[in-house]
Amino acid sequence: MSLFFQESVALKVEKLTMQFGWFKALTDVSLSIKKNNIFGLIGPNGAGKTTLFNLLTGVYQPTSGSVEAFGKTLLGLKPHEITRRFVARTFQNIRLFKELSVLDNVLISLDHSSTSKYRGILSSMMQFKSYRKTERLHRDRANHLLEIFNLHHRRHRRACDLPYGDQRKLEIVRALATGAKLLLLDEPAAGLNIKETQELMCMVQLIRDQFDLTILLIEHDMKLVMGVCERIAVLDYGCHIAEGTPLEIQKNERVIEAYLGKGAHA
Amino acid sequence: MSRLLAWVLALVFVWIVNNQIHHFIDPYILSIVIFAGINIIFATSLNLISGFTGQFSMGHAGFMAIGAYVSALLSTSFFASFPQLFFVVIFLSGCIAAVFGYIVALPSLRLRGDYLAIVTLGFGEIIRVIILNINSLGGARGMTDIPPLSSFGWVYTGVVAALFMLWRLTRSSQGRAFLAVREDEIAASSMGVPTTHVKLQAFVIGAFLAGVAGSLFAHYLSYLNPQTFDLNKSFEAIIMVVLGGMGSISGSVIAAVFLTVIRELLRPLQDMIGIDLRMILYSLLLILVMILRPKGLLGTKEWIDFVPRWPKKVLRQRRPLHEG
Repeated sequence: MSLFFQESVALKVEKLTMQFGWFKALTDVSLSIKKNNIFGLIGPNGAGKTTLFNLLTGVYQPTSGSVEAFGKTLLGLKPHEITRRFVARTFQNIRLFKELSVLDNVLISLDHSSTSKYRGILSSMMQFKSYRKTERLHRDRANHLLEIFNLHHRRHRRACDLPYGDQRKLEIVRALATGAKLLLLDEPAAGLNIKETQELMCMVQLIRDQFDLTILLIEHDMKLVMGVCERIAVLDYGCHIAEGTPLEIQKNERVIEAYLGKGAHA
Repeated sequence: MSRLLAWVLALVFVWIVNNQIHHFIDPYILSIVIFAGINIIFATSLNLISGFTGQFSMGHAGFMAIGAYVSALLSTSFFASFPQLFFVVIFLSGCIAAVFGYIVALPSLRLRGDYLAIVTLGFGEIIRVIILNINSLGGARGMTDIPPLSSFGWVYTGVVAALFMLWRLTRSSQGRAFLAVREDEIAASSMGVPTTHVKLQAFVIGAFLAGVAGSLFAHYLSYLNPQTFDLNKSFEAIIMVVLGGMGSISGSVIAAVFLTVIRELLRPLQDMIGIDLRMILYSLLLILVMILRPKGLLGTKEWIDFVPRWPKKVLRQRRPLHEG
C-alpha cells in the first residue's frame, strides 16, 4: 500500500523553508500532490507562492527542507536539469522569447526536452540525416501542440506580436513541449478577460487528460481556482495555513481571516 | 560522385582565381578586398557571441591576437618548410584561440551585461600586454618575416567556410539555443536550455573564428605588432556588429565590407583638404546610421528575408521570423 502511495505522488514538498537574510519567505511548507491532480495554490499577495515556484524549479535553493518530483529529489539541481526531471513552469510576468517566432519558442523546448536526443554543434552544422529527421519530428510535434492551443495559424509571428491571451497560452505550450509531466502554472489567467479565462480553464483540464499531467496552479482568480482545482492549498506569510477541496477552503476560518482580516464573516 | 566532382571543380576554380586575380585587380584594391574578407570573419565571429547569444564581449581583438601570433609562430617554426600546409596552421591557431575562449568564458560567464563586458575588456588588454612583453614574439618592435601566405583564395575560402558554418549553426537547433539565451536567460534555463554550456559554446566558436581571422591577417601583412590588437580593434568589431545588426550575419558582412571600404574611400579627401577628416566623417556616419536605424542596418534579418517570395521556397530551409 505504501509503495503504491509513493508512486502516485507527483510532487512531494517537505518542510521547505526559504530565508532571504532576516526575512522568512517560506516556513516549513509541506505539500503532497497526487498524480493527475490539478492542485491550486492560493494566498494573499506576498504569501510566498512564487517563491515556492522558484524553489521548485531551481531558481533558488531552499534554506532547508526537501523537494521530490516523481520520487527523485530536485534539490541542488539547476533549472535546466529540473526540466529533465519532467517539471516545467510558466511565468507570472510572461517570459517568452519575444523576438523569436512562435514556432521557435516551442522548438527550443522540444530541442531540450527530456526525451529528445542531444544534438551538438557538429551535427547542427553539417545537418546529418539523423539531425534532419529529429528536426522534422520536432516540427511536427510543435505544430501539433500549437494546433491544440489554436495558435497554429500564427506560428510564424514573432511571439511579442501575439495578443496577450495567446502569449499566455504560448507559455503553456512551451512548458508542455519540454515533455513535462508536472506543470507549474504561475497565474496563467492574470490579465485575461472572462471569456479567455474560461477558455483557459477548459484548456487546462483538456491537456491534463490528454497528456496525463499533474498541474500545480497559482491563481488569484478564485472562480478559476475553485472551478478547476481538485485540491487547494493556502499560503499566508510563508506558512501553509490550509489545504483541502475547494468547498472546504471556502469555509475555512483561517483562510477567510487571511484574506479579509480577523472578525470578517464570509 | 557528382558531389566529389563539384568539390574538385570548386577547388580548381579557387586556385585559378587565386593565381590570376592580380592580373585583373589593382593591388591596392585587392588589399582592401582582402582586409574586408578578414574583417568579415572577425565581425561575424563576434556577432555569434554578442548578436546571437547576447553576451557583450569587448575583448574580441584578444582572440584575434592569439590566432595571429600562434599562427605566425607556427609558420615560422614547425611549418616553415611546408607553406602548402597553411590551412593546418590556420586551423591550429583557431583551436588555440578557442581554448583561450573557453578559459576566459568559464569564470566570466557567471557575470552578465556590463560586468562581462569589463572582464572581457580586461582579457583583451591582458593578452596584448603579455605579447608586448614576450621578447621572442618581438615585443613592442613587432614580429617580422612572417611568410605572406594569405592570398585572396585563402582568405575568401575562410570567409565562405566561416559564413557557411555560422549560417548553418544559427539556423539550427543550436542556433535557437543561442537565441533563447539572448532573449531570456531565466526562461531559457527553465525550458531546459543549459545556458552556461550554450554560452561557452558561443564563446569557443567565436574565439575560433577570430583566431582564424587573426592568422589570415598575420600572413597577409607578414608583420605583427601588439598595438594592432588594442581596444580600437575590439571596438571596430563591435561597431561592425552593431552597425550591421545584432543577430544578422548578412548585416555583419555588409557592415564589415562597408566600414573597410569607407575608410579607404575617405583617404583621398584627407590629401585634398590636408586635415584628417577621415575619422570625423567615419564617426559621423556611425552616429547617423544609429539614429536612422537604431537596430542596425538589417536588424535581426538576413539577406534572404529581402528576397522576393517565389525564389525563397527554393533557397531556404525555414521561413523567416517576421512573416505573416
